[in-house]
Amino acid sequence: MNRIDDNIEVLEPGKRFSSYWGELWQYRELFYFLSWRDFLVRYKQTVLGVAWSVIRPILTMIVFTVVFGKLAKFPSEGVPYAIMVYCALLPWQFFATTFSEAGNSLLANARMLTKIYFPRLIIPASSLLVNLIDFFISFVILLGLMAYYQFMPSWKIVFIPVFLFMAMITSLGAGVLIVTLNVKYRDFRYVVPFVVQLGLYVSPVGFSSNIIPGKWQFLYSLNPMVGVIDGFRWSILGEGYTMNWAAFSLSAALTVLFFFISVTYFKRMEKSFADII
Amino acid sequence: MSVAVDVQGLGKKYLISKSDKQQYNTFRDRIYQLFIKKDSNSVEEFWALKDISFKVKKGERVGIIGRNGAGKSTLLKILSKITDLTEGRIEIKGKVASLLEVGTGFHPELTGRENIYLNGSILGMSRDEINAKMEEIISFAEIEKFLDVPVKRYSSGMTVRLAFSVAAHLEPEILVVDEVLAVGDAAFQKKCLGKMEDVAQKGRTVLFVSHQMEAIDKLCDSCVLLENGKFVMHDETSKVIDAYLSASKKYSEVDLSCIKSRHGEGRIRFTKTWIENGRGEKTPIVKSGDSIKIVAEYELVGAEPIANPAFAFAVNTIRNVAITDLSNFTAGDEFDEHEIPNKGKVVCEIPSLTLNTGSYYFNVLVRTPGAVEDWITEAFYFDVEAGDFFKSGNLPDTARLILMNQDWKLDFRDQ
Repeated sequence: MNRIDDNIEVLEPGKRFSSYWGELWQYRELFYFLSWRDFLVRYKQTVLGVAWSVIRPILTMIVFTVVFGKLAKFPSEGVPYAIMVYCALLPWQFFATTFSEAGNSLLANARMLTKIYFPRLIIPASSLLVNLIDFFISFVILLGLMAYYQFMPSWKIVFIPVFLFMAMITSLGAGVLIVTLNVKYRDFRYVVPFVVQLGLYVSPVGFSSNIIPGKWQFLYSLNPMVGVIDGFRWSILGEGYTMNWAAFSLSAALTVLFFFISVTYFKRMEKSFADII
Repeated sequence: MSVAVDVQGLGKKYLISKSDKQQYNTFRDRIYQLFIKKDSNSVEEFWALKDISFKVKKGERVGIIGRNGAGKSTLLKILSKITDLTEGRIEIKGKVASLLEVGTGFHPELTGRENIYLNGSILGMSRDEINAKMEEIISFAEIEKFLDVPVKRYSSGMTVRLAFSVAAHLEPEILVVDEVLAVGDAAFQKKCLGKMEDVAQKGRTVLFVSHQMEAIDKLCDSCVLLENGKFVMHDETSKVIDAYLSASKKYSEVDLSCIKSRHGEGRIRFTKTWIENGRGEKTPIVKSGDSIKIVAEYELVGAEPIANPAFAFAVNTIRNVAITDLSNFTAGDEFDEHEIPNKGKVVCEIPSLTLNTGSYYFNVLVRTPGAVEDWITEAFYFDVEAGDFFKSGNLPDTARLILMNQDWKLDFRDQ
């Protein structure tokens, strides 16, 4: 506790205590600990434990491959349909769980919110880290899947972190917006599962974006997950996969804009959370 | 000496909308208000704190006392930055740690050790600090054997000991504490109080809210007295405690409708409470042996009919010794014949008051099957004066709490 004695902190109405991002940095250990708690808790008292993060994407992949690839006979971009689906499931699963957890995180931690001070953004943000771990586990399965189909990914796979980062921004942006609204209006609790359920079909998870007719492509890419998923496919599937870069740029730009709007709204509402939750 | 905390003209306003009395604020209501009618009447302003100014010197231990609803907890929440102030200014010199609850963030699925890390970091300790203090925390909490067992398997006493132990090992320059000593068994409470004294001896500044006047008396150099959100005095502890105890008794009825620190579902809300003496007068001073009535007015919130509520008045001494619970349910007077009216009052009549001379308060509580609807602690303060309880003309010893009707005889036939 070696602090300079003259360090006077002034509280005034509506005043920010210190630099917002600087303070977040100071509280990084709390961020790690909350993420670590969520990770420990997630699989405690489950028989299969971490295996769940393996089973879920695999089962979904099998169902989607059978329904879209075998029954509906959608085109597979010249790669095994299972791999095409799995490439999309990776970011989708990450988005769906991060978004739902972040969206409910403040309500789940309401007691903490009214009893202790810390930068509130830590709570929704900590759901990112846990789901990243799940993401890496699922990614290892993808490697296994590629080995099974003897599929050689393209060198562009090195760009995966870029698109993963975009998935993080998208999930956090959406989660932070919902969580802010959720504190005041509990209606938004019901929005989360709805968005996740519908989004799975609106986003190109079970099929390729290229089956969307050209005149709809633009409208279609207003969904930020379209950009993320296309990016994943482009990085992994290689030459066979053509990418609509104009649509992607739109998706990416919207994602970033949306993220800043969400965080700004969160920052504005943050101080009243303890009073209204 | 330098000033550690300087509070200047602090005010905190809450907007209570009438629809807030319902449990949730829905988006539909909001849209409705936006487009259909701007109903400004439905929002009331409520100043939880107004014009509060005082200074705390570095190394000073200051108690904050006041009745329920005086604004003590709001003040602590503002000082710990949990909630924003509406007006005024506070200067704080030094790092603040606040302890408004024991065991914030404890997770039942995690083990004792895991919870020490989690809770410690929530309270603002770094991982290194926690590691350095780990041994001390474990031995203070007396949970060595259960360290790697999930906390949900702990007894409530063990959980509280562990939680307090983590908190007790915080080392901030300014410590803000709310009523956390009222936990655990008597022996552990004593240990906690000792620990708090240690903390204070090390020259740290402490702001401390408690209802236990002994603890305040023992721990604090000076006290701030708040009343209905306003500053009353800041003086040496014994003077402030005296002022507090005498001020507590000047109300002959208490308006409960705007008290914020209440718990429960809120479908029934208490609006007022008082005591009537044998002549039917509202008074905060009654006599032992008097026939008195404890009365509370309530209203129903929302359209839902309510059947068979259980009302209770829990009587305590001002030193927080729980004396008795008066309850229509345990007394067998159930209100189950029909739905209770939307507004009404419940009356508990005590034919002969068995409390001895002293100062008391009661909590009000109402529950429906399966839920607490409204619960306000320290709703009403009253004094009992010596009275001719036994109708014998001999006044009882006032150093005892309770009087009992008794019949004596001297029996010698078997001898």
